[in-house]
Amino acid sequence: MSEGFVSRGFRGRRRQTDDRLPPGQYLVEGFPVLSAGPTPRTPLDEWDFSISGEVDEPKRWTWEDFQALPSEEITRDIHCVTKWSKLGTAWEGVSIDTLLEGVETAAEHVLAFCDGGYTTNLPLEDVTGGRAWIAYAHDGKPLEPEHGGPARLLVPHLYFWKSAKWVRGLQLTTYDIPGFWESLGYHNYGDPWREQRYWGD
Amino acid sequence: MDERRLDGNAVGGLLGEVFTFEVTMAEAACDRCGTVAHVGETMAYVTEIGTVVRCARCDNALIRIAQNPRGYFLDLRGVSYLRF
Ligand SMILES: [Zn+2]
Repeated sequence: MSEGFVSRGFRGRRRQTDDRLPPGQYLVEGFPVLSAGPTPRTPLDEWDFSISGEVDEPKRWTWEDFQALPSEEITRDIHCVTKWSKLGTAWEGVSIDTLLEGVETAAEHVLAFCDGGYTTNLPLEDVTGGRAWIAYAHDGKPLEPEHGGPARLLVPHLYFWKSAKWVRGLQLTTYDIPGFWESLGYHNYGDPWREQRYWGD
Repeated sequence: MDERRLDGNAVGGLLGEVFTFEVTMAEAACDRCGTVAHVGETMAYVTEIGTVVRCARCDNALIRIAQNPRGYFLDLRGVSYLRF
């Protein structure tokens, strides 16, 4: 392939010295929205969340069940592959550890699935150990639909496309299934500190 | 030996004819709901990560295109056929 023909990456902005910023990232104050489809608006009485796939027994929560689960307040920096980062974002949600309590599985991978058809894949160990949540509030208010409400996956240690908006469940698998962007040249793991934006990074 | 089984290069001419069509004028059939519409009549969502062309009736992702430093990626799995 001739260089220059396909060379488009995300444009860099000014150089940053803040050590909370991974390489190539710049700070934003607002909260940019990136949507590759219409915003789903699933009524709460039709919403549910499920754990399925390679599990001894699938689990399912209605919105009401979900609200009754122990929740946590989470403050983390987030990093988008399009190069913006936002520091100290505040969330409330349920830890994936809580959802997987008592689940017996041989799975090593997770595919998050969402209203609107979006998917993203992660190693199971990256959504456990207090590193991932299903978040339903941001800045003390119910999560707005444009930011993934009623609930989104929150995996702040990976690029933000992994924090799937409008998430409805996790499919546990023994094999890895590349998700919506991971199958189109974006990195399978997506560690912002190793700048894993694209295949081969 | 099956004489109909050929090296992919043997269909280079045919594929060359196929991939010259005017895409927006082609009809795309949605693999989810079966709706057939000209590509130009679908809904496109253009983002910094990639572009998603969706069925105007059911929002199924018909065509997904990413243009990034690893190349152009064209995913047509949401389309059952294109007619032109
Ligand atoms: Zn459709």
